[in-house]
Amino acid sequence: MHLIKRRYLLVQIAGSGIVDERAFMDAVWNAVLKLFGEYGASQTNLILMRHKLKPNYAILRCSHKALDIVKASLASVTQMNGKPVALRVLGVSGTLKGLRRQLPETRL
Amino acid sequence: MRKFVDLHLCALIDDLEHVERMVDLSARLGYRIVGIPLPPNVSQEVIRQIEKICNNARVEFAKRLDLMPRTSNELLNDLGRLRRKFEIVSVACISKSVARQAAKDRRVDLLSPCLTFPCKRFFDYAEAELASKKSAAFEIDMASILSSTGFPRIRLLSSLRKEIAIARKFDMPVTISSGASDENFLRSPQDYAALASLFDLPVSYALQALSDNPLSIVERNKGKLSPCYIAPGMRVVEK
Repeated sequence: MHLIKRRYLLVQIAGSGIVDERAFMDAVWNAVLKLFGEYGASQTNLILMRHKLKPNYAILRCSHKALDIVKASLASVTQMNGKPVALRVLGVSGTLKGLRRQLPETRL
Repeated sequence: MRKFVDLHLCALIDDLEHVERMVDLSARLGYRIVGIPLPPNVSQEVIRQIEKICNNARVEFAKRLDLMPRTSNELLNDLGRLRRKFEIVSVACISKSVARQAAKDRRVDLLSPCLTFPCKRFFDYAEAELASKKSAAFEIDMASILSSTGFPRIRLLSSLRKEIAIARKFDMPVTISSGASDENFLRSPQDYAALASLFDLPVSYALQALSDNPLSIVERNKGKLSPCYIAPGMRVVEK
């Protein structure tokens, strides 16, 4: 059986007020599309796993092969809903449990 | 463990609260040394205050000078006058003569390409060969990539891709700096390494450009500015 490898990313949304789920994902997808196009975006298998764990934190899941694409795209986001914002990847793991172990202080 | 260095943290030195916020954020993102550009006539009081802020954040401070000379003579005058006052000297290469002079002068640490006008980028094989024989490194400000969009960003990435390939061919060190004047343009070293893949810089090479390469410049220059330094290869070991 072919095992699909995935990566979970804990992302901090800094610099703006509380951001809703839709605005966040729109900004992420726009960044992926701008930098890597539709072909690159199709390889990411990007999904929002959890939003608002704590205010302005989110967990994304992506294909492990597209991790660099997703990290570069997240780093390139500077605006959300016209307001300045910065997305910072705080941790990456192969499992949600691993992400929790890496960053216990964020209380996933 | 790598010691990450941001040689171009563009904090507003007139606003010490802004400096404090930027330095604190840099420390939280994992940087251990920050280079803050200062004007040539900066007072010792301002330097002491910035040093105090950096000490509180447990970050080392490197005094940086950004030169933007119009002619090579102006560059030579500025270097003679100011080199010993700063740990990092960067030269914005806005003309070919300045770019060539900066590349062959060992007092220059960083060569910064002109970001605003793509036609004024002078980094080519000849320049890389000159710089590789001296100590200058090629500096990339990531804020320029983050702040541009659309066609200007495409052009910038294309230029950077060519310049990086040339620098690597001649074993010229590359440094990646934030160039951030705002907290929203500051990213962690790992995020910058991921962004560097946009101009075909492998992650391992990008991490080196964020840690070892800038660190060696800072250490070399701090050694040269110490009172024990006499000349290249000569230093006081015991008085």
